[in-house]
Amino acid sequence: MTHALRTSDLGKHFGGVRAVTGVSLALPRGARHAIIGPNGAGKTTLINLLTGMLAPSEGEVYLGEDRITRLRPDQRVKRGLARTFQINNLFPDLTVIQCVLLAVCEQRGAGVDAWRPVARCEAEIAAAREVLRLLRLERAENTIVRELAYGDQRLVEIALALACKPSVLLLDEPAAGVPKSESQALFRAIADLPGEVTVLFVEHDMDIVFRFAQRITVLVSGSILTEGPPEQIARDPTVKQVYLGGRA
Amino acid sequence: MSTAPGIVRIVRFPWHEAVFWLVLAAGFWLWPKHLPLASQVLIAGLFTLSYDLILGYSGILSLGHAAYFGIGAYAAGLLAQGGWGEPLSGLLAAGACAGLAGFLTSFLVVRGQDLTRLMVTTAIGLLLFELANRLSSITGGVDGLLGIEMAPLLGAFRFDMYGRTAYGYCLAVTFLLFLGVRRLVHSPFGWSLRGMRDNPRRMLALGYPVSHRLIAVYSLSAAIAGVAGALLTQTTQFVSIDVFSFGRSADVMVMLIVGGAGVLYGGLVGAAVFTLAYHYLSALNPVYWQFWLGAFLIAIVLVGRGGVLGAWARAVSALREKHRRTVTQS
Amino acid sequence: MIASLLGVLFDGLAYGMLLFLIGVGLSVTLGLMNFVNLAHGAFGMLGGYFCVVAMARWNVPFLAALPLAFAGSALSGLLFERVLFRRLYRRSHLDQVLLTIGLTFMAIAAATFAFGPQQQAMQLPEYLSGQLNVLGVDLNIYRVFLLALGAALTVLLTLIVERTRFGAAVRASVDNARVAEALGIRVGLVFQIAFAAGCGLAGLGGALGVEVLGLDPLFPLKFMVYFLLVVAVGGTSTLKGPLYAALLLGVADVAGKYYIPEVGAFIIYAMMVILLILRPQGLVSRS
Repeated sequence: MTHALRTSDLGKHFGGVRAVTGVSLALPRGARHAIIGPNGAGKTTLINLLTGMLAPSEGEVYLGEDRITRLRPDQRVKRGLARTFQINNLFPDLTVIQCVLLAVCEQRGAGVDAWRPVARCEAEIAAAREVLRLLRLERAENTIVRELAYGDQRLVEIALALACKPSVLLLDEPAAGVPKSESQALFRAIADLPGEVTVLFVEHDMDIVFRFAQRITVLVSGSILTEGPPEQIARDPTVKQVYLGGRA
Repeated sequence: MSTAPGIVRIVRFPWHEAVFWLVLAAGFWLWPKHLPLASQVLIAGLFTLSYDLILGYSGILSLGHAAYFGIGAYAAGLLAQGGWGEPLSGLLAAGACAGLAGFLTSFLVVRGQDLTRLMVTTAIGLLLFELANRLSSITGGVDGLLGIEMAPLLGAFRFDMYGRTAYGYCLAVTFLLFLGVRRLVHSPFGWSLRGMRDNPRRMLALGYPVSHRLIAVYSLSAAIAGVAGALLTQTTQFVSIDVFSFGRSADVMVMLIVGGAGVLYGGLVGAAVFTLAYHYLSALNPVYWQFWLGAFLIAIVLVGRGGVLGAWARAVSALREKHRRTVTQS
Repeated sequence: MIASLLGVLFDGLAYGMLLFLIGVGLSVTLGLMNFVNLAHGAFGMLGGYFCVVAMARWNVPFLAALPLAFAGSALSGLLFERVLFRRLYRRSHLDQVLLTIGLTFMAIAAATFAFGPQQQAMQLPEYLSGQLNVLGVDLNIYRVFLLALGAALTVLLTLIVERTRFGAAVRASVDNARVAEALGIRVGLVFQIAFAAGCGLAGLGGALGVEVLGLDPLFPLKFMVYFLLVVAVGGTSTLKGPLYAALLLGVADVAGKYYIPEVGAFIIYAMMVILLILRPQGLVSRS
């Protein structure tokens, strides 16, 4: 069986610092997989390795059948690997639908169209509206991003990633910075993510992790400490030690 | 169609834009004695429009755009000097040469941050100037090329002493290219340029091959700059290595900022203001011109940019705000 | 052959040292406050004119005029920083470029008005003119002086940056200004001093360079690309980077002009292209 996302022995070191070592993951299609770990565990580096922002020192990354280790970030997106950012990385002066249109146009190949006015790109506009509908953001269609509530901006982050029609979706701390009052919408959005999309969360928020993850990988100091279903991880004493104060 | 209210930017030609171009077309009657100057304004406007594509819309800081203007100017000049005086084909050839040069140099410019781009573009401009200077046997150096004679435009319109044909020629070329750029700016590609300017990292994460698209727009911009340069050569029947000067690259930046960067008409308005100011003021004393130009630049930056069109937009929206307030109060 | 090679090397190093002295301030400015100062060359020019005027009008000897040039440029740098530049730290690079280009234009116009467009001549003192014969190679005494002084200043700078608290404050601020501020370092003050010092060094370099680089009102523009090169290739997070870049640039330029005079001037452009392709992040990247 081909996994949706697979890494074999992925590693990255900067000079003497080994940020990530020997990470091997295998995510089946449709999986909901979480990566947790204390600060400095290498989660951000891992994401950058997966998305192509960093070149690995060793190991390989596979998206479905394709070996994507040498591909640029935008090439990986075109193959079906999309991500959200931990800190909102949107276009603050555009409206919500304009942001999503940017993503949709490129996904549909219209990004190179230098002749048709965007206002006439009806198929793309409809597709963008569809994405917004999925995330219940239709009413915010014409709101300028910087005027949105933070929680809604997080939803736009997800909308942008979904607009790329990914087979694998990387959510980088989707709940980061979202006040409790706004987290319901976020949970609903994550729950409503299409079943055939494989979702990899990197998360701190245990609420989300235990709510949505089917399997959890624990990353400590750049390597995998352990991996398993949520109940098993919750009971694991080494994990508790890592999180609750044992000096590793 | 109104299915996209939040998205629609003006696509059809609004009346005030049409008026703008009609006034320009009426130039034959409005300023018949100043047609050569008006042609200069149009040429500068086209050059600045090309620069707006890379600076205003794509965020590429360049201080060497005159390189492509110069290549176009000399391509047209050398062609004419060599006996090929047909204007339109010369124009196309010049644009193609400049576009090719833009393409070849774009690889150095699209990678790297602002400082690198500044340095690379400045260096390219200086390099070409130096090159043109060295090859003065071909380029004529500071004295320029001799013997440029243009054949009649479209076989019928001779380039006359009053600059009538030249003006019509510049106006037509500028208008056509402007229309093309206008479409580009409202297209998905044009939108993506602004995305790449504001957040290239995000665009990468959306699947945009940012470098490739920037290479495309840079090459296009170079081609348009080359066309502007060729227009200058063909309408004045003269070209010297001045076309490559750093001053010209710096001037185009000023013109764009004065008019408003990232706004379609910014280049044209800024070029008009700058060229006319230069024409009437610098004759007084070039040192004073440079001094006050510098002071003006500093003032613009401190007071806030957007240029003439930005100030205009602010004034209009302020008036609207005032009107709205008085309406709701009454 | 060896003699001329050594001579070229020597000349190039002296030239590069000058470029470093003038350009290091630009590197610091960019690294510390992310401020692109295209008017940096104008501070160099100011120092040059200070020196020339001091020597010609007030009969100040050369060696005494140098600290005057340093002080004059440093003070004007301080003044401009307080009055003008500090408003732009948060603004875009484009705004900074525009403003500093405007300033450069004003400086060029002012210099043309005050001193005329011609090259300034400088009378070097006796003991600094002429040649010195070392191991069969004729070395220009002034260039020996330049190298020695430059090396001494570089050592001094390195000591300050690496051994003093001020230097530590500068390094911390370059690394992460916000955290440095939070740690109690007065980043604004650090920058003021560093900026003034950078301008002062530029002025000193300008004064030293009158003999080698020439001095006319177009100085800031003529050498702008050199300084930009030094900083872009040398990076902004170390002192060594710009130093190596400047020395490399100096040697390449002199060697190019000596051995292949027809294309000599283009050597630096070719070098820049090659270096950028190989090391887009600069010569010495941060470890």
